Amino acid sequence: MSPAYLILATFLACAVESVEALTIVLAVGTTRGWRSTLYGVGAAGIVLAASTAVLGPALTSIPIDSLRVVVGALLVLFGLQWLHKAILRAAGLKARRDEAAAFGRRVDEAERAPRASRGEIDWYSFTVSFKGVLLEGLEVVFIVLTFGGAQHRVPLAAAAAAGAVLLVSAAGVVVHGPLARVPENALSFAVGVMLTSFGVFWVAEGVGAHWPESDGSLPAIVAFLLGGSLAIVALARRVEGATA
Amino acid sequence: MSYAARFGRFWWRFVVGDDVPLAAGAAATIGVTALLVAMGVNAWWLLPPSLLVLLAASVLHASRAARR
Repeated sequence: MSPAYLILATFLACAVESVEALTIVLAVGTTRGWRSTLYGVGAAGIVLAASTAVLGPALTSIPIDSLRVVVGALLVLFGLQWLHKAILRAAGLKARRDEAAAFGRRVDEAERAPRASRGEIDWYSFTVSFKGVLLEGLEVVFIVLTFGGAQHRVPLAAAAAAGAVLLVSAAGVVVHGPLARVPENALSFAVGVMLTSFGVFWVAEGVGAHWPESDGSLPAIVAFLLGGSLAIVALARRVEGATA
Repeated sequence: MSYAARFGRFWWRFVVGDDVPLAAGAAATIGVTALLVAMGVNAWWLLPPSLLVLLAASVLHASRAARR
């Protein structure tokens, strides 16, 4: 199977999560100072990298068919969550994420929290940035491990995720604010379709089914789920329009 | 709530998400696929349309809930 799918899916998923983490880090860092904020980012990064380094090799030691059933099922469940939220947002049934508004809320909270004495670690900044990066990063680690593990390419998936983090961080430095113009819902939609498609492909193979064109069936699964999801968006909009 | 319960709840929500019927339906469809394959049916065709039907039902349910 081409590694291009693996790189694209992990890169896009990580880009979405990085944009959300960047909003939190920027709000805390610009409001309360960077030292403790960056300690929190670094600590979360170490936990996430260590989790990937420990669990990656452990996953690849599992027999491939068993691994594909477990990973495929997890990817189906996880991908459906992404797709479900993206469809609800695209259909207007759920508010789209607004990075500028989220940034404003975080800044307000950071301004109200008690300040540390000069020279001391600011535990508010440390904790908020640590928690924000860790929680957003956990989804990325999950995708890197499942996606990369099923193809025995965890390092490649981790490199794609790291590339997305670097790109989003660089964009944050250049823009010096939240990345409000990134089409997060479109990216989430694409990630949801890809995770679900790979999950379907692997779980079916894992339980012993054979796809008609083997690996060549994957683009057809992606196209089918993408087309079906867009049709669900159109259906939901029509239902909403008819009852409005 | 104890630490263990919070830990378990976090991972449950992380993997299953907010929509339990959607996740349960997907898990059941995977189970039926495995059963059919074990019975000698090459059931590759079952999962993609079933998941779309589950998604559509879930979205329409959310739409109805939003109107209430």
